[in-house]
Amino acid sequence: MRLRLILTFFGVTLLASTAQAFTVAAASDLQHALPEIEAARGLPPGARAKFVFGSSGTLYRQIVQGAPFEVFLSADEALAEQLIDQRRADAPGLVYAVGRLALMIGAARRLELQDPKTALASPQIKRLAIANPEHAPYGRAAMETLGRLGLAEVFRGRLLLGENVSQAARFVLDGGAEAGLVALSIAFAAGDKARHVVMPATLHAPIRQRLVLIKGAGADARAFAAFMASKEAMRVLARHGFERPGS
Amino acid sequence: MMDWTALRLSLELAAWTAALLVPLGIVAGRALAHRRFAAKSLIEALIAMPLVLPPTVLGFYLLAVMGREAPFGRAFEAAFGQPLAFTFAGLVAASLIANIPFAVQPIQRAFEAIEPEIREAAWTSGLSPLRAFLEIELPLAWRGIAGGVVLVFAHTLGEFGVVLMIGGAIPGETRTAAIAIYDRVQAFDDAAAGALSAALLAIAFIATAVLFALGRPLRERRRG
Repeated sequence: MRLRLILTFFGVTLLASTAQAFTVAAASDLQHALPEIEAARGLPPGARAKFVFGSSGTLYRQIVQGAPFEVFLSADEALAEQLIDQRRADAPGLVYAVGRLALMIGAARRLELQDPKTALASPQIKRLAIANPEHAPYGRAAMETLGRLGLAEVFRGRLLLGENVSQAARFVLDGGAEAGLVALSIAFAAGDKARHVVMPATLHAPIRQRLVLIKGAGADARAFAAFMASKEAMRVLARHGFERPGS
Repeated sequence: MMDWTALRLSLELAAWTAALLVPLGIVAGRALAHRRFAAKSLIEALIAMPLVLPPTVLGFYLLAVMGREAPFGRAFEAAFGQPLAFTFAGLVAASLIANIPFAVQPIQRAFEAIEPEIREAAWTSGLSPLRAFLEIELPLAWRGIAGGVVLVFAHTLGEFGVVLMIGGAIPGETRTAAIAIYDRVQAFDDAAAGALSAALLAIAFIATAVLFALGRPLRERRRG
């Protein structure tokens, strides 16, 4: 690290020859599925992946500003396509999953979760946690869902905005909000600390998620991208609450 | 459980910042202590800026300068083959700016505390300015300088907003301990967040205790 910094300052790239970990920027909804995919022999021997999680909008911005990511797993297909249009990423990438929205409540709350629409309209929900719709796709899907159900006005001023969908779920676990509209994959990961019900997919535009390789991505990153298309990876994603694209 | 990579990264960042910034702090602090000039208040205000600005303001401007869209960021990338934003080198650069007041101010106070008679005595006894500085002033100001080192080190460990904005949370590169805690909380991994938090708490306490120990004789001497 120290040597690398010194050499960086003198313009020498020390790491060009040595095997280096590649960095994957991934939407927060993959926070729990991705380490499992990596463990499922998703990498060539000797290769090492570093995962950076955040809202797709934030990660997109960082890529545009020059962040050294080699793979971008975007929960917002449009952002991945924009990178392709700007020639920052290779076309066409891969739609690896479709995300689902879930209503999540803390395990201790007594709220009937039979029907997701009725549950969401319950007066017990005083504050609702969602991801920031300005840069997080799940936040946008949550706003759309509220709009379709005629609840946008009801929740005006009572929305708790997370930096990304993981943080929104965290607000629910910590009691900052009675409920949250979050990624199903995150609601799964909360285990017995929370209960959830899947929201109907018809209430918002599909959360299609696209993987793209950033220009200059190395062989290890390409191998990882190829593995994301495999049946094995799809199985892990399905277990974490993602839907197969096209199904 | 413990994210040693993040902790080591934080310590390395703190060590680099202190090592690079304190020599500058000595030069600037001494000049501000001894010299009188028209724009001194303005310079002092400029140095104090990182103390009062939200770290996000600093992060915003740093990104505007260091990002790939900015001329400086592009020039850096062209020259060194890697971007400055979202790298360890970029974090060091940001950390240097964010810590300027923590290095300069205690050192300036230490030089100000040296009685003018002592410096005059050194001059009249024929010591060269360099020897007077090395043999008279530095030994008298060492507590302030050591205080600057500790403050810069501790404050760098605690830096969050700037690192969040220009770092990108890359493990082993820009994910410092403070950022890793934020990350782990979002991943429902409270055990790892707790371990790192306890480590930072311990380091912060030790650093603060050292600061008080360094400051005590100085204050007592002033009182007397």
